[in-house]
Amino acid sequence: MQPVWNWFRWLYETTGINLTIFYDAYDRHRFFDGFLTSLELMASCIVLSVIVGVVGAWVQGSRSKALRLVVGGYIQVFRNTPPLIQLYFFYFGLGSYITIELANGRTIPLVSNFVWAILCLSINAGAFNVEIFRSGIEAVPSTTIEAAEALGYNRLKAYIYIVLPLAFRISLPALNNNLVNLIKTTTLAYAIAVPELLYVSNQIWSDNLNVPEMMNVLLIVYVALVGLFVLGMTRLERALRVPGIGL
Amino acid sequence: MPWTPDQPLIHIKDVHKSFGSFAVLKGVSLDVAKSEVACIIGPSGSGKSTLLRCINALVPIDSGSILVEGQEVHDPKLDKLALRRKVGMVFQQYNLFPHRTALQNVMMAPIHVLKQDRQEVEARARRLLAKVRLVGKESAYPGELSGGQQQRVAIARSLAMNPDVMLFDEVTAALDPETVKEVLVTIRELAEEGMTCMLVTHEMGFARELADHIYFTDRGIIVEHGPPAEFFANPRDPRTREFLSQIL
Amino acid sequence: MPVILPLSPALNPARTEGNAIRFFRGRRGIIVSVLVLLAFGIPAAHAQAAPGPLSIIATIWKWTPLIASGFLLNIIISFLAMAIGTVLGTPLGLAQISPQRPVRSVSWFVTQFFRNAPWLVLLFYAMLLLPFNMQIGGISIALPDWLKATFGLSLPVMANMSELVRGAVQSIPHGQWESAESLAFTRRQTLWMIILPQCIKRMLPPWMNLYAILTVATPLCSIVGVNESMTLTNDALAAEANHALLVPMYLYLLAWFFIYCYPIARWTVALERRFAVKG
Repeated sequence: MQPVWNWFRWLYETTGINLTIFYDAYDRHRFFDGFLTSLELMASCIVLSVIVGVVGAWVQGSRSKALRLVVGGYIQVFRNTPPLIQLYFFYFGLGSYITIELANGRTIPLVSNFVWAILCLSINAGAFNVEIFRSGIEAVPSTTIEAAEALGYNRLKAYIYIVLPLAFRISLPALNNNLVNLIKTTTLAYAIAVPELLYVSNQIWSDNLNVPEMMNVLLIVYVALVGLFVLGMTRLERALRVPGIGL
Repeated sequence: MPWTPDQPLIHIKDVHKSFGSFAVLKGVSLDVAKSEVACIIGPSGSGKSTLLRCINALVPIDSGSILVEGQEVHDPKLDKLALRRKVGMVFQQYNLFPHRTALQNVMMAPIHVLKQDRQEVEARARRLLAKVRLVGKESAYPGELSGGQQQRVAIARSLAMNPDVMLFDEVTAALDPETVKEVLVTIRELAEEGMTCMLVTHEMGFARELADHIYFTDRGIIVEHGPPAEFFANPRDPRTREFLSQIL
Repeated sequence: MPVILPLSPALNPARTEGNAIRFFRGRRGIIVSVLVLLAFGIPAAHAQAAPGPLSIIATIWKWTPLIASGFLLNIIISFLAMAIGTVLGTPLGLAQISPQRPVRSVSWFVTQFFRNAPWLVLLFYAMLLLPFNMQIGGISIALPDWLKATFGLSLPVMANMSELVRGAVQSIPHGQWESAESLAFTRRQTLWMIILPQCIKRMLPPWMNLYAILTVATPLCSIVGVNESMTLTNDALAAEANHALLVPMYLYLLAWFFIYCYPIARWTVALERRFAVKG
């Protein structure tokens, strides 16, 4: 790889385009770590938010009115308030109470900023996922559920084996859209100093004063990441396509 | 050579048209004289609707020639505006503009395309709506009208351009059986007034009664044609016979 | 090979998300939402009972005028960014359906690029790379931070608007184009007189949804140093230096946004349902 790094050094020396993340080993590792942190953040949030969505949609279909109202309230609160303030509320607000006292008498937060970012972003995106799955479930004809019940499935089993697989396919396009938003929203973790891509890039451009270069690198990396994700999800959509179902 | 009314108003010669690798028209020729009513019948997918769209330059042709009043339709230098004011077209799905009332639908093109005086256009539009028996529906939106009523507005909308020929593309195919008749009555009145008409239709009774000439198309060619009495009484081609036996 | 595929079926998240809100309507909805907000707050407030609840309310009240002035800036930014984004995004969306292939490809790429880029990164981009004043003719116009941030936020709005316009135009049946063409309307006339008027109704609910998303994104400006409500709330918290204030103050600011955005969301759903019934 050394020739490549050298080329970037040469690029800097001849054109002034300063991409330290390629020719400087320290910046390269910082950037790569940030990239990995971002990927971890994205993957964890995607998985967790989908779980929140499935469980929430299940609860929304339950017979208990109180439960439905609670989930409905959760959705409305998280949809209609700024994600950044939600993050501050969780990390600085709730986080200040969830602490552990060390032997030397100091208290430190029990939950790291990284975990808070995952929790908050997943709960936020989960609110949207609940609605997405719910409309997917509503689109499954009631006769299909009746048929399942007639065959002896109970509600949970009908949900797992029949309703969810159908609803998931119907929900996929909207889900993709929301997960793309989630991927983009992981940059908010910057605000609570999670060393993800934006955060390390900020450090790098502060140290090297190469703002335009780093901004462009950031944009390209994110657009490429989202593009790859969309490509993958489109493949998934195509692979799961069943004749006669879906959009 | 200027066109004179004793020549065919529409002259179609050896027209070919493909969509990708699928040949829709494979050498179609026919003439329609002034004030003639020509009906095109045939199984679906035989290229009838495409032929009508070619006459109006909505669809370009691959080869051949279409003359409307002596003017080559597929001449790249053609003034499409001039062509389309001469050729009116009514569609199966009516295609009224849903955000405008019946009266506005009829008035729009004369005002915006022909730049005619609004008051004159409005008076004419009201007369046309009366002619298609829609007095009282002037300010109704398309969504408030039945299919048959919408289709009659669409006919009035085309007539507002004072066309020399009217093309009807399966105009009753999307209608309820009860409302088919009111549209057919309107078309018959037009034909009786001497309007040149080309119809793609599945209404065999109507075609037999109204048409001067029947064309039967199948798989992109005109299989057989003739005056209706002869055509229906003695179909010569086995494909025509099979089609008629299925539909009558 | 298109790396960035358009998300057309998911174009309108409001449409797919509408159902759950429906069940959750009116006053009951607000009450429960407030209860959920409180449910997060109450245990926390109890956990650290040092200053009495009354003094907390008094402190919040003391800072309310400041927070309100910041919130006003959030609203101004949201209005301006929405206006800029709509004005830029509409022609971009129309360019996406242009008969000229190069125009189509370029506008598609621009749209996808700004749709896929994170809002915060675009905000940084605008803040760090826009000059602090602009020379137009001989006049130098100062570009304050909040205006630069507004421009940064209007970029993703533009891209989303572009997709809305493209989707709406493409959702109009082909027959409308065909019949307008047969009546000798030009392409331009067809677009402006026949197609776009029909699009406006379809675009209104997702457009309002976009506005709500933009509004809840405006606190991002605090990260790049604009003195909007989030920045001022953090200033107030710093001045008070009291841990017990953190949860109530953040909840308070969340409530401001909720009270502003929730009615918009309700209205969007109502419009959507009305248009859905009329067709």
